Amino acid sequence: MIEIQHINKTFGDRHVVKDVSFQFYQGKTNLIIGESGCGKSTILKLMVGLHLVDSGAVIYDGVDFTAQDAMGQQEIRKKIGMLFQGGALFDSQTLEENVRFPLDMFTDLSDEEKMERVNFCLEKVKLVGKNNLYPAELSGGMKKRAALARAIANNPSYLYCDEPNSGLDPKTSIVIDTLIKDITTEFNITTIVVTHDMNSVVEIGDNIMFVHQGQNWWTGNRTQVLNNTNPEFQDFVFASEFMKTMYKGAK
Amino acid sequence: MKPVYHIGKYFLLMRRVFSKPQKGKVYLRQIVFEINNIGISSLPIISIISVFMGGIITIQAAFGFNSPWVPLYAVGFTTRESILLEFSPTIVCLILAGKVGSNIASEIGAMRISEQIDALEIMGINSASYLIFPKIAAAVFIFPFLIALSMFLGILGGYVMGVSAGACTGYEYIYGIQAFFEPWKLYYSFTKVIVFAYIITSVSSYYGYYTTGGALEVGRSSTNAVVYSSILILLFALILTNLFLNR
Repeated sequence: MIEIQHINKTFGDRHVVKDVSFQFYQGKTNLIIGESGCGKSTILKLMVGLHLVDSGAVIYDGVDFTAQDAMGQQEIRKKIGMLFQGGALFDSQTLEENVRFPLDMFTDLSDEEKMERVNFCLEKVKLVGKNNLYPAELSGGMKKRAALARAIANNPSYLYCDEPNSGLDPKTSIVIDTLIKDITTEFNITTIVVTHDMNSVVEIGDNIMFVHQGQNWWTGNRTQVLNNTNPEFQDFVFASEFMKTMYKGAK
Repeated sequence: MKPVYHIGKYFLLMRRVFSKPQKGKVYLRQIVFEINNIGISSLPIISIISVFMGGIITIQAAFGFNSPWVPLYAVGFTTRESILLEFSPTIVCLILAGKVGSNIASEIGAMRISEQIDALEIMGINSASYLIFPKIAAAVFIFPFLIALSMFLGILGGYVMGVSAGACTGYEYIYGIQAFFEPWKLYYSFTKVIVFAYIITSVSSYYGYYTTGGALEVGRSSTNAVVYSSILILLFALILTNLFLNR
């Protein structure tokens, strides 16, 4: 489980994250949702230490990440897998080398064992046989799946996904969502997904935090999303005509 | 205060770069890759420039020494001294600052803006050490060989072009390049090369590593890397020359 406690972040005179607290559960797909620019990606970066919190704490299974020195944070990060918005695959490496990279860095597995693990991860994300392709040769959806394979290569305890569906068609988005959900339950990982995609919210949102103007505005799960009474959250959920017609109309 | 800020930030980065490597085998593989990327790929440009500059120095020396009081072997002597002391260690390193420096800054800068460096950090990898240390180690190792080759080709170019242009005879040229040779000057030259190799790779990596923004900023980092590496090369050339040659 990961817990954030009263975290704050200011950039210059902009107070981007305001006293946010929340708990992210193991084996669940935890979602941070909100409009663009509301501070959700900043919260994610604060949680993994890419930004430093001004105040508050990030607790990984009882260990205060924010109180650790650089070495301590590095040790916790070894248990983290992350899927970046653009994939962040290493351009100079093939798909196989990308997935193998964390294994080379952190394990003493033999070459055969590493290859077995790489092929297992590629199979999980349905990229069998694409081992020797370079990131530039992959489509957007394939890049995301490849990045997901790299993120799970070293058996992470925590999986972060930053806008996993951005730039993808609805069908590919569902494939990615399903993969994330399956991996989370199969390996009992604490997964945190930052998204503003309503499909993802209603499909995989086990535990949801809605961020508005840098604050934790609403919490719940996917079954509560459509019946919420919070005006700002309603504006977000029913922003599209499709959602209005489908759900409000049906009501 | 900005220079002080950058100097401080540079040394903090270097502290991370020279921390204990996380996986020696992976670093070794990276060093070999960078030796090829930084060093071997620079061979053609260095070879061409060295041969032509050797020829030009020889012909110009012969033109300048057009006097019965100056022996013709002075042409070979001057060519050797110019190439060994200044052209190969300093001018070739300035050229390498342009080729290698811009390459390093744009490579690391592009990795920064495409979140590849963030990905390394989140995996628990010391990204500064993993990305920069192999480049510095590779350059410090391979640059002396490149410059030794440049010295050889420069002197050879001087011979071929000088003799064929009638600037001096082959015998006088060879006598000249052997005359009054002091081996310790090679220590001076190769000390400069090692210092410049470090400057080029570390300064360029610094500008690449702290790139923010997009493609425009990557280009700006690349330009800054070349400009500041070149300035520092000249500054340290002056300091080292003063230390070694000022009697």
